[in-house]
Parts: sequence; C-alpha cells; structure tokens
Amino acid sequence: MSILNYNGGCVVAMKGKNCVAIACDLRFGVQSQTITTDFERVFELGPQLYIGLPGLATDTQTVYQRLQFRIKMYEMREGRRMKPQTLMAMAQNLLYERRFGPYFVEPVIAGLHPSTKEPYICALDLIGCPCEPADFVVSGTCSESLYGMCETTWREDMEPEDLFECISQSLVNAFDRDALSGWGAVVHIIEHDKVTTRYLKCRQD
Amino acid sequence: MMEVVDNSYPGFQFSNFARNENLVAKGFPMPNSRKTGTTIAGIVFKDGVVLGADTRATEGDIIADKNCSKIHYLQPNMYCCGAGTAADLEMTTQLMASQLELHRLNTGRQVPVVAANRMLKQMLFRYQGYIGAALVLGGVDKHDSHIYSIHPHGSTDRLPYTTMGSGSLAAMSVFESRWKPNMELEEAKQLVRDAIAGGVFNDLGSGSNIDLCIITKDGATMIRPYDVANVKGQRQGKYEYKRGTTEVLSTTVRPIQIVAETVKKVTVEEMDTA
Repeated sequence: MSILNYNGGCVVAMKGKNCVAIACDLRFGVQSQTITTDFERVFELGPQLYIGLPGLATDTQTVYQRLQFRIKMYEMREGRRMKPQTLMAMAQNLLYERRFGPYFVEPVIAGLHPSTKEPYICALDLIGCPCEPADFVVSGTCSESLYGMCETTWREDMEPEDLFECISQSLVNAFDRDALSGWGAVVHIIEHDKVTTRYLKCRQD
Repeated sequence: MMEVVDNSYPGFQFSNFARNENLVAKGFPMPNSRKTGTTIAGIVFKDGVVLGADTRATEGDIIADKNCSKIHYLQPNMYCCGAGTAADLEMTTQLMASQLELHRLNTGRQVPVVAANRMLKQMLFRYQGYIGAALVLGGVDKHDSHIYSIHPHGSTDRLPYTTMGSGSLAAMSVFESRWKPNMELEEAKQLVRDAIAGGVFNDLGSGSNIDLCIITKDGATMIRPYDVANVKGQRQGKYEYKRGTTEVLSTTVRPIQIVAETVKKVTVEEMDTA
C-alpha cells in the first residue's frame, strides 16, 4: 500500500464559464479505521484562491502551513494579491526542493486571476510537476473513479449552478466506490463576486 | 526574513529523507511520480532542425495528461524535448533556460548549442543519473544545425537524427528507413510526424497529438498540435445532472468585498513637436 493512501481522501477541481469549482471529501482515517469525518483538505489561500492537498495528512498540514507562510511573505513584499499561476510556481518549487525526500501530497489548485478573473485549475504531482488542462483535474485515493466520472459529466461553459451539480455528483459517485474516502463532502464554487461553500449530504459508510 | 525561518539553504532539501526511508522499511513503498512515457525525436534537414514529441503524460498505467507539452524553450534558437520524470524535465529545462539567458547577456551574443549541451551534461552527470531526464536538444547557431541526445547520466551524442523515450524504437525504425541528408522542410516535417506517430500507435507510454518545433536561422516556430492523430469521439447522449440533484446540508455565500475602487481616466497628451 502506498503512503499516499494511508489516510485516504480525494480532491477534484473543474473549470466553468467565468467560474471554477474545487471539492473534497471529509474523511480522515488510518488505513481502514476512520478517525474523524470533518477533515477538510481544501484550504483558502486568498479571496479567490484555493488549494486542495490530498495525501498523507501530516504532510497536508505541513505543506499548507509552509505555503501560507510563503504566500504571506510574498504578498507583504509585493503589496498585491497572488495569481493562481504564481501559487502554482510557488508550490512547484516547494515540492521540487524535496525531490529526493518528498512530501506525500498531490496538490490541486483552483482560483480566479485577481484582476482579469480568468479561471485557472492545475494539479501537481508529489515532486511538483504541473498539469494545466482546460477541463478538470483530480487527485487522491479515488482518482481513477474521478477520471471516469469527470470525463463523462464535464461540459464546456457550465454556469455556476450546473458546475456545482457536475462536480458534486462526480465526486460523490466516485468516492462511493472508494473505501478510503467519503463521509461527507465540501464544494467551493468560486465566482468573480462571491464564493459559495456547500456541505453535501453523503453516505456514512 | 524569509531566508531565516523557512528557506535557509539553496538547492535540494533532505529533511524528509530519513522519515521516507523509514516508511519504505515499514512496507510503504515510494509513490510513483508522473512520467512522460514519451516518444521524442529530432532531425537535421537542409535549413535547420525539426523536433517532435507526443503529448501523453502517465502515472503508472493511468494517463495523467492527454495534451502536455514536451518541447521546452531554452533560447530563441534552441529547444529541448524531454522524456523521463516529468518534474525533473520541467525544472531542468527551466533552470537551463535561465542559465543560458544569463550566459547570453554576459557574453553579449547568441549562445552556441554546444554550450547548452555542455551545461546540461555537466549538471546531469553531477547528479549521477538521479535526475531522470533524457533529452533531445536541437538548435541552430552561426556554426551549424545541431541535434544532441543527452542521457540521464550525462553522456551525449551529436547525431543527424535521434529518438528517445519508450517509443524511441518505433520512431527510430522510421528514421533508419527514410532519413537522408539535406531534406526539404516539408519532407522533414512529414518524416518527424511519421516517426512520432510510430511511437503514438505502437508504444503504450506515448499517445494523443503530435507537436513539432522547426528551428532555422530565422528563428523557431512551435506547431502545437501539428497533427491530432487521435480525435475524440462526439458524446452521443447527454449526461447532465438537473439542478437540485445534490442534497445540500448547508450553504454559505461569501461576497468578495471591494474595499475601495478608483477609476482613473487616461488622457493621451499630444507630444509637442513644434
């Protein structure tokens, strides 16, 4: 068993029309034993900038704190908000620095450009190789099921409401086939003027 | 400030290494990083070089990216195709691009391709093959047109045509039967396309589209995609979820608050030329 699957959990992000969505499950377990069901692995790093860090929970928290530190230093030094592309480069450098002793997380970034409001999604592997597709990115223990769900349900130019249904159903149906993730889900829909956070009703087994 | 607390040393950090080795000993093997299974190729033709690559990235037997770019920029007259560990390729080429740009500014002239080759091989040799980057370097300078193949341990060959990656055998079979000196551009493009297509259709690690990069004395042109070898089928049914399908426990909406907004009109002033 890979250490990436030790605590379980998954994250997915999708592009819509002038909006992006990022969602994760809420389970934190130790192999097959569930510890808590309120473990959020998607974090807010700016008003319209989110990162999901599925993987080993200890590294989820460490990487989040290290990134938060670097972002705060950046925003103080530069006097402006960070672009999602810049966050990608920052996360890439943080992870590649530990190329030969990595953190066991596979981050997913979703956000809007602070001034142009251009949607952006991206996934990194555990040593910081970026992947920036035009449709969706997945990461975590049920990534294979997520690929299947997203590949069939994702459409171009979805409105925020449709994007919510699409990402929620993709996530819930994917992790219902995965023993290591589930037990609730949280979905963030990021638009130019607001961020909507919804907690979903899910199976508890 | 930041240097003090977070990032005190340049270069690689090994603070997680002992922990990770311990986990391996306890039966948790190192996870796979993203690889570019890859077919990459480069040839010399009459006026320059043509580089080619497929666009598939894999993680184990899962396709992680169906349209990734494997032809990396180094200099205006030099590009580099990469096969191997995707993060290593990305970071090695980024580092080289910046080092070569500094070299260009320091010397005040176009960087010769031999210099890029030497810098890449010295870096890769220093890391003894642990940086898993296999490269096809192509460029045109005032001396000649060059194609180099660079292996992860730091050995290099200068060749008129070369291939690398898991699909290299399929691509090389095309070159071996059809490459000849002083080819015309169109013929060269077709030959590289066919070589990459050989990898795309016969090697499981390669797939999707075919990218080309043509470098001549007049500069470089990326053609991405040059050929969509595998067109995705049209979706027959609609798989939409009606609004309200998902049961929601709670919703919070947070508006993005604008603290202050000022609009400054820019008036163009006529320059006084009297």
